[in-house]
Amino acid sequence: MDPDTAQAEGPSANRQAATLELRNIVKRYPGSDEPAIADLSLEVAAGEICVLVGPSGCGKTTAMRLVNRMIEPTSGDILVNGASIIDRKPSELRREIGYAIQQIGLFPHQTIAENIATVPALLGWDKRRIAERVDELMDLIGLEKAMAKRYPGQLSGGQRQRVGVARALAADPPLMLMDEPFGAIDPINRERLQNEFLRLQGEIRKTIVFVTHDIDEAIKMGDRIAILRKGGVLAQYATPAELLMAPADEFVEDFVGADRALKRLALQRVRDIDLWEAPTVRVGDPVSEARARAAATPIGHALLVDEDNRPVSWLGDGDLIGERVVHHAGGLTKVELDDVLRDALADLLQGKVMYGVVTDHGGRVAGVLSVEVISGFLNHQVAGRIDQAPAPAERLA
Amino acid sequence: MLPLLAQVKITDRNGAGQNCVQQDGFCPGWIKDHIGDYVDPLVRHLELTVVSVVAGFLIAFALAMLAHRRRWLVAPITGATGVMYTIPSLALFGILLPITGFGFVTGCIALTAYNLLVIFRNIMAGLDNVPEAAKDAATGMGMTPNQVLRQVELPLAIPEIVAGVRVATTTTVGLAALAFIAGAGGLGEPLIVNQNFKSNVVTVGVLCVLLAAVLDLLLLLAERLALPWRRVAR
Repeated sequence: MDPDTAQAEGPSANRQAATLELRNIVKRYPGSDEPAIADLSLEVAAGEICVLVGPSGCGKTTAMRLVNRMIEPTSGDILVNGASIIDRKPSELRREIGYAIQQIGLFPHQTIAENIATVPALLGWDKRRIAERVDELMDLIGLEKAMAKRYPGQLSGGQRQRVGVARALAADPPLMLMDEPFGAIDPINRERLQNEFLRLQGEIRKTIVFVTHDIDEAIKMGDRIAILRKGGVLAQYATPAELLMAPADEFVEDFVGADRALKRLALQRVRDIDLWEAPTVRVGDPVSEARARAAATPIGHALLVDEDNRPVSWLGDGDLIGERVVHHAGGLTKVELDDVLRDALADLLQGKVMYGVVTDHGGRVAGVLSVEVISGFLNHQVAGRIDQAPAPAERLA
Repeated sequence: MLPLLAQVKITDRNGAGQNCVQQDGFCPGWIKDHIGDYVDPLVRHLELTVVSVVAGFLIAFALAMLAHRRRWLVAPITGATGVMYTIPSLALFGILLPITGFGFVTGCIALTAYNLLVIFRNIMAGLDNVPEAAKDAATGMGMTPNQVLRQVELPLAIPEIVAGVRVATTTTVGLAALAFIAGAGGLGEPLIVNQNFKSNVVTVGVLCVLLAAVLDLLLLLAERLALPWRRVAR
C-alpha cells in the first residue's frame, strides 16, 4: 500500500468537506393527507454544522435521512457538491456519508475496533490501513488502545457514544449525518461530549447535518439552525445569533424560548461587544493626569498597569495622592476576550464588582467590561457585532 | 413387524445373575456383560439424531431466509411445519412407509419433519430480536441488505438459533426411540424387544438421556466458543 494514501486519510489531512443542498423537497407518505415535508429548500456550506431542530413530528429526522437515501423524497432534488444523489446507488452513496444515530447502533457482537472499521471494511481497505485508521480514531476520541479489543457491552454510555462518532468518521466522509448523537446520555456527559465534538470539528471541519429537539443544543452546536414546524415547513434558517435576535415569527420565538436573552450571553464572547476603553496609568505618571483619566470614564477609577500593559490594580481617589503615581498592590477581577459573556458576567457577580478588566491572550489590557455594558447588550442598546439582522424594537423589549 | 423383532439378539438371558434375570429384575452384572450389544443401536440412534437435526436445520434455515424478506410467508410456513409437528409419529411413519419404504431414510424424514417448526420459529425470533438501531446503523453506513443479513442479523440471532437447535436435538433423541417402527433402528429396537426386562429398559433409558445430555452440552460449548461477546458483562 502506498503510505501517502494512508497519510491522506488521517484526520490532520482530511478530505475536503462537501456542500449540501436540498431543493424543493416534498415527502408524502401514502395514506396521509399532510406531507411529512412540504417544499423544503436548504443550503449548507462546506465545513458548517447545520442543525435541524423542531418539535417532534416536524420532520427533522426525515429530512436528515433523505440525504443518504434512507428515505426517498416524493419530489425535489438533493445535491452533494453540486451533484444530484437521486441516481446514486444507495449503498455506495451511504459509504461516503458519515452516519451516527441516537441509539448509536453499535454491533454488540463485534469489538470496538471492528465496529469502527465497518465502513473502511465495506470500502475494501486492506488490513493494515484499517488498523492504522482505527488507532488514529481511538486517539481522536480519547479512548485507550486497550479498549479496541472490548465489546460494546463493556463500555459506558458515553464511551459508546464516542465510538459511534468515531465509526461515523472512519472513512473520513466529507459529509456527516448525526441524529441526536448525544441524546441518550446524562446532561453532564452530554455537555462534555458536545464540547469535545466542537473541538474535534474545529480540526476536521466536516459538513454536518445535526438533528436535535433541544434548542439549547442547537444554539451551541450549530453554525446555522433550521427550525422546522409541523409538516416539515421551514420556519427560519439562520445563524444562532440571528435566531435569538430576530425570530422570524411567533412560532420561532416560542420555540427559542423566553430566556433567549440569556441564551445570547452564552453565544457571544467578550470580544464581540463594545468594551469601554481602560483608563490606564503607569507608575510614575503625574497624578493629575491619572485623575483626569479616571474622571473621563463612568468608572471613576484609574487602572494601574505594568510596563507590559498588564493590569495591576484599580486606583481610587484615596490612592491618587502626591505628585506621581506610585505602586499599589491590589486585587481586580479579570476576564478574557475569549470568555463567553455568560461566564464573564458570572465572574463579575462572583467578585461583587461592577467592572472587570478584559485581557487578551498575553494578559494585556484590552478594555473594561461592566455589568452596564452587558445589560446594555441585552437591551440591544449597545450594538455588538452580531446584529446583522436587527430586530424590530418591540421584539427585544 | 415380527420378523424384525426376531432379529434382535438381546434375548439371550444366560450368564451372570441368572435369578435376577429370570425375574426381569435390574441386574448390573447382566448389563455389564451385555453393554456391548447396545453400541450398534446407540450409534444408529446418534446417526438418526444428527442427520435429522442437520437436515431439519438446513430446511428450516432456507425457509427462514425466504420468509425473512417476504413476511407474508411466515404464517403459511409456521402453519405447515406446525401441522407436521402435531401428526403423531406413529401415523407419520405409517404415511411414509408406502412411499419411502422401510429403513433409515424413512426414520430421518419423519424426525426431520418434527424439527422444522421449532428451528424455523427460533431463527425467525432471533432475526426479529436484532436491535433495530444496529440494523439502521448498518444500512445507513452502506451495507447492502445481504451484508446486513450476513454481518449483523444472523450473527446476532445465533443465540436464539442455537437454542432452537438444542431443543430440536433433545426432542429428536427422544423421538428417535420410535424410529425402529419405520425400520430405522436406534435404541428403541432393543427396548421394545424386552420391554419387561428392567435391566434392558434402564440401560436404554440411561443411554438416551446420556446421548441427549452430551449432544446438548456439545452445542452449548460450541455456542460459547463461537460467541465471545456473549460472555462479557452486558
